[in-house]
Amino acid sequence: MWASILIASLGTYVEKLLGYLLPQRILKRESVRRMTGLLPVSLLAALVAVQTFASDQAFLIDARVLGLGVAVVALLLRAPFLVVILVAAASTALVRWLGWMP
Amino acid sequence: MGWMRNHRKSGGESQSIHTNALGIGIATGAYALSFGAISVASGLSVLQTQSLSLFMFTGASQFAFVGVIGAGGGAVIAVVTALLLGARNSLYALSLGPVLTPKKKEVPFTALLTIDESTAMALRYNASRKASRRAFFATGLSVYVFWNIGTALGSLGASALSDPGVLGLDAAIPAGFLALLWPRLTSGSGSENRKMWTVAVASAVLAMMLIPFLRPGLPVLFSALVAVAASLLWSKASPPSEEN
Repeated sequence: MWASILIASLGTYVEKLLGYLLPQRILKRESVRRMTGLLPVSLLAALVAVQTFASDQAFLIDARVLGLGVAVVALLLRAPFLVVILVAAASTALVRWLGWMP
Repeated sequence: MGWMRNHRKSGGESQSIHTNALGIGIATGAYALSFGAISVASGLSVLQTQSLSLFMFTGASQFAFVGVIGAGGGAVIAVVTALLLGARNSLYALSLGPVLTPKKKEVPFTALLTIDESTAMALRYNASRKASRRAFFATGLSVYVFWNIGTALGSLGASALSDPGVLGLDAAIPAGFLALLWPRLTSGSGSENRKMWTVAVASAVLAMMLIPFLRPGLPVLFSALVAVAASLLWSKASPPSEEN
């Protein structure tokens, strides 16, 4: 685990550093700008989906779905980050405690 | 740190920079509470969790790293996912270079603080080099301090719990990713937002369909192909002058 933490930390730091060392003309390339802008959208959306519906390699619908739904409502109401996460966790914990959803 | 020495001189603007920097720091610090808790719930130790905040210091990559580990995706996929998410920091640094013009010895420290929040503030106060440097370093340092305090409190708090599932922490993970994703879907122009939504939905659907066929973590990596395909497609279709 420590090795992967070290490699990932070093790697993300080098990514930051590279930007200050690379020539500016890279910025002029539309496809590069597009791709670095779209990558987080792709990965974060996929992470939302997988972390909500996957249990190992099985597709599973449980109380996490409700938590995510509540998070969407909170975001639509422009709630701050922490509130979004708190209400998602709390609503999930609540329906589990009530025994309504696993 | 010279930028701190004479920050009273330009009055109103520097005050608003510092107030904003502090507010952003506190908000992300609160968010770091959930990172600390989720990281420990994913199986990392308190010390490992803190190391990520101290040295990786880029929220989305940190969340993704512990998310993949927690889902059983393994170290290699966790590292690759974190690096793919961190690629945008290179772009930030590229745009910041001519604005901040850091001296050679300042570059390593400037690089560490190059994140979403500090970049946004530096580019917002870009009237002068002095103002944007002040905005960048004030925000970067503020977020760094509060992010690490929040991480410590969250991880220590969660390590005191026996079963994080009881608190719904497993639902906090996708909610956290959604909160990171949301501004990217809603803050652009109408047509830009539509493109972002298209990429987001396509990536989510692709990842979900791949869940049964690939080991945990890989479906997310494959979804990056949607971003690659879309960027190639749209770069050709749209005029090069379009802002993104």
